[in-house]
Amino acid sequence: MNVAAFLHIAVAMILAPFLLGVINRTKAIFAGRTGQPLLQVYYDLLKLLRKGAVYSRTTTWVFRAGPIVGLAALLTALLLVPFGAQRAPLAFEGDVILFAGLFAVLRFFTVIAALDTGSAFEGMGASREVQFSALAEPALLLGLAALAPLTGSFSLSGMLAGITAHTWLRTGPALALVVAVLLVVFLTENARIPVDDPNTHLELTMIHEVMVLDHSGPDLAFILYGSALKLWTLGVLLVGILLPVQTGPWLDVVLRLAGMIVLAVVTGIIESTMARLRLTHVPQFLAGAGVLSVLALLLALR
Amino acid sequence: MNAWNDSVLVFLVLTNFILLGSRRPAARIRLTAIQGLLLGILTILVHADDVRLRTLLLALGSTFVKAGVFPWLLRRAVRETDVRRGVEPFVGYTLSVLMGMALLGLSIWMSSRLPLPPSQAGSLVVPVSFFSVFAGLLLVVSRKTALSQVLGYLVLENGVYTFGIALAYEQQLMVELGILLDLLVGVFVMGIIIFHISREFDHIEVHRLATLKDDHS
Repeated sequence: MNVAAFLHIAVAMILAPFLLGVINRTKAIFAGRTGQPLLQVYYDLLKLLRKGAVYSRTTTWVFRAGPIVGLAALLTALLLVPFGAQRAPLAFEGDVILFAGLFAVLRFFTVIAALDTGSAFEGMGASREVQFSALAEPALLLGLAALAPLTGSFSLSGMLAGITAHTWLRTGPALALVVAVLLVVFLTENARIPVDDPNTHLELTMIHEVMVLDHSGPDLAFILYGSALKLWTLGVLLVGILLPVQTGPWLDVVLRLAGMIVLAVVTGIIESTMARLRLTHVPQFLAGAGVLSVLALLLALR
Repeated sequence: MNAWNDSVLVFLVLTNFILLGSRRPAARIRLTAIQGLLLGILTILVHADDVRLRTLLLALGSTFVKAGVFPWLLRRAVRETDVRRGVEPFVGYTLSVLMGMALLGLSIWMSSRLPLPPSQAGSLVVPVSFFSVFAGLLLVVSRKTALSQVLGYLVLENGVYTFGIALAYEQQLMVELGILLDLLVGVFVMGIIIFHISREFDHIEVHRLATLKDDHS
């Protein structure tokens, strides 16, 4: 087992909440505010971890299992994603399916934990989450499937290592489509603006936020940390495709870290400049992403 | 050069998809204008090896007509007939996008079966031209307003034009100029007809024109 790959896991686990801070700072600058400290998410996590959790009497073990299983699924997904040209610690042919599956596990447990509270609100959020992810998931899978014929590999490590500047020159359109699809999935999965607003606490418009309303203390910390890791995991994938440089182990890592920061800033800019889509238009937006991924797949297979 | 060709063709496919899914008349007119521009660029790119005067003329002429004159005529028609919001079509927007996806698959399959001579524009150009034709047909049959049908007709013709660039590049100029002239007259006439229909009936929904006779009897 290579040390560098595990180093990435450590870096991801430490730096993931920092990305949320960068996004918040970008949004604050756009709005003309000073904004919260860059490390605010860490303070929040520490604060939540020190508190006790409150459980409603209607909930069962499912509710308590939700955040833990979700975090475990994300940590496993993190093991599958390569950083730089390094192979991921856990890489095998077809791990793409497991990658998408782990996100499905996370979603499933978030949703049944929300349903377990018996609150009508959380049920509504769960219903929306499932509806949208049913459209976002095929887009993710097809987008990743389009990478397989382009790079001749079925594992995430092989795919990202297979993309070089030469691949971009040869099959630029297909790769650009995959990047667009992954960006949409990135924004959707992380409950970002065109689909969901992470800041909203207005009952009728929340999707992701509403499902975690009843969690408290360490459970909420797990969920918050999980969402940071999710942002990191999908972000690494995007940056890996966009920055196909293979200059050397150390410069690579620095470049990709810079790429992640830029991605966070771009997310902040998207959030500040775009309005949220009307709920009825979100499926159309996601179906559009699905069409793009099919187009990418057809181009790649041709 | 092939990567550039492919990018332009992919953009063409994307504009077709947006056209299938968009509901605002102004945005759709803008999209057909963009298609005209893309086709002009494609004409020059395909013949980039030896740019002759007639290719340039063709590219400039078609861009001028498709990205300049048509949008202007159609925008005028839209403004004067006051169709701000699209009427709900026979086939919903999301469904037409999904149907477009199936049509794209069909056109790629079809063009792989056709015994065509290899084109200098790349292997993507034939499927894309088929797809434009199909998307145009779908727009014509699935929409209710006369404006959408005119746009569908334009998309269809763009497909034919793409096919022409791909394969018939020797005899192209005269044929294309003739088609452009026909189109110009066609869109002009249709613009006037849209205007008259809307003045007579307060709407430009084609399916309601079928009951025209009953109203008068």
